[in-house]
Amino acid sequence: MSLSHRIGSDGQLVRLLQIGVVLEEVVEARAYEHGETLSHLDRATEDLLEHAATESAKHRERLTALIDELEADSVPFDRIQPLVAERYEADDEFDDVLYDQLCSEETAYKFYDDLIAAIESSEMDFSVDHERLLTVLSEIRADEAEGVEDVTRLMETQ
Amino acid sequence: MNTADQYLKAIYLVEKIESEPAATGKLAERLGVSPASANEMIGKLQSRGLVDHEKYHGATLTNQGAERARESLQTYCIIERFLVQVLEVDEFRTEATQLESVIDETVAERLDTIIDRKPQCPDCFAPDEDVCALLDAAPEAAD
Repeated sequence: MSLSHRIGSDGQLVRLLQIGVVLEEVVEARAYEHGETLSHLDRATEDLLEHAATESAKHRERLTALIDELEADSVPFDRIQPLVAERYEADDEFDDVLYDQLCSEETAYKFYDDLIAAIESSEMDFSVDHERLLTVLSEIRADEAEGVEDVTRLMETQ
Repeated sequence: MNTADQYLKAIYLVEKIESEPAATGKLAERLGVSPASANEMIGKLQSRGLVDHEKYHGATLTNQGAERARESLQTYCIIERFLVQVLEVDEFRTEATQLESVIDETVAERLDTIIDRKPQCPDCFAPDEDVCALLDAAPEAAD
């Protein structure tokens, strides 16, 4: 798929789903770090981070189920969490926490959008049900779009 | 990374390897496309002010083109390092090339938060080996 946005094998699909898992784990781990490191977060921001972490964990489970079906391994959360913690730099401002969260949601949305486009333009017959694959990814993408709206709304009130 | 950025990166690397303008044939070979396709894209990049192209001499990046090429190379380096350091992939170069068209720079920036990348990136990239010279990867992983 060098110069096109196609996916040519189960292996390539697995790799992209694994990247999705890692992106979700980064959101989850960063939300955890924000909550642990910053003592003066307001209630609305705390709720938003908690919701983001819970939602990411659900997305991770759904992606892992697809990876399992493709008979491959997912990426365990305990491999990603220390990497996030090691390089986590907290900035003691609400805006930065929310901005970071906005980046996470926008990045995830862009990733799923590109992945869906790549799958749709692929002629490959994957070992996972095509319709279900696209349904799962489209639902996750919709959650990310909602997440962008939620963060933007909260940023406007602060 | 879109098609134009993949071309800019390839021109940047071929120019580095050959120390002269990137010939269409070399670009086509590197990108796995036909020389006619490469020629067509070079024309488009030239009209956007990213490349200077002289017939029979090859393509040279403008300053603006070189800046974008370096950004694209950095995105590619992040993908390579992510595959090695986080997913522990042996065939990381092959896979990075396959993935670069689907991984956007914003996604790469997020992956960059969990990898160890050197400040001099992308100047440490070795064009001949198609890998960062400072990347600590197993020798048997090379093609």
